[in-house]
Amino acid sequence: MYFAVFFALLVGTGLTVFAATLDLGRFNAPVALGIATVKATLVALFFMHVWHASEKLTKLVVIAALFFLFLLLGLTMTDYATRPWS
Amino acid sequence: MPDSTVVGLHHEEHQHPELLHHFADAQQQRDASSLGMWVFLATEVMFFGGLFCAYLIYRRWYFGDFAAASKTINMGYGATNTAVLICSSLTVVLAVWAAQTARRTLLIGSLIVTMLLGVTFLGIKGIEYREKFVEHHVPGASFSFENEPIPGRPGQYANPSHAQIFFSLYFVMTGLHALHMIIGLGIFLWLLTMAWKGRFTPEYHTPVEIGGLYWHFVDIVWIYLFPLLYLIDRHP
Repeated sequence: MYFAVFFALLVGTGLTVFAATLDLGRFNAPVALGIATVKATLVALFFMHVWHASEKLTKLVVIAALFFLFLLLGLTMTDYATRPWS
Repeated sequence: MPDSTVVGLHHEEHQHPELLHHFADAQQQRDASSLGMWVFLATEVMFFGGLFCAYLIYRRWYFGDFAAASKTINMGYGATNTAVLICSSLTVVLAVWAAQTARRTLLIGSLIVTMLLGVTFLGIKGIEYREKFVEHHVPGASFSFENEPIPGRPGQYANPSHAQIFFSLYFVMTGLHALHMIIGLGIFLWLLTMAWKGRFTPEYHTPVEIGGLYWHFVDIVWIYLFPLLYLIDRHP
């Protein structure tokens, strides 16, 4: 199990380097961030044992951390993206 | 009957000398420790989150300058370091598994290999920083970023003061990450001495587990830093 995740992470790293050399127009950044998110999720679920966490509170803390991160990034970026900065 | 209860209690305490009196059992104590580590990691998410937020704002504003600056840092070093950290995460889970199953040699070996990989990461980072100093790409009085073409826009050159913002973010984000690596190495040195003294058992190995959580978190931060800093626009 650990080795399968390990190889998936290495493949993901190779994939993200390869994807960066392609001209995907505006999709380069979403593809790179998508691969990074898949890798981070694998690390958290299997290496950090969130999947098999015996304590439900652990999952709650992980979700709360992500929620506040998206609040921080999401609200800031909607503000910057919609204001007429000159 | 009361006598046997007392004997039973003493027996229990003898089996788990690490069990603190305010926990019902070893499982509860483990869960409490790991929950505490997760709460700390949640604060770390916000700590790095502020930097990622600053990065996103400036990247939106000065995308061309950021792409030009990103192209001058060595993608090979970044990719190698990503692989090094992934390998170290594997040795960390092996260390935790070894502690759970009382494999002392594997535990000590995994901890040592993890630390060697961590030192390798910092060494490569050091070589990379050195190149930035040689190229005068370190923000400050001697910063120079003249006539660097913007990828995909022929005839246009990056604005040095905007590129300097990229390098400021690059050094702060990778520097803060490297600081976490150095702290991680300190934690693992301590884990190694504890493992050497035979302090970890299948009943008590919480330090290995939560030290591992910290190491994996630092790995996750790098998983995001690598594409964001090194791979903004790499196509020819």
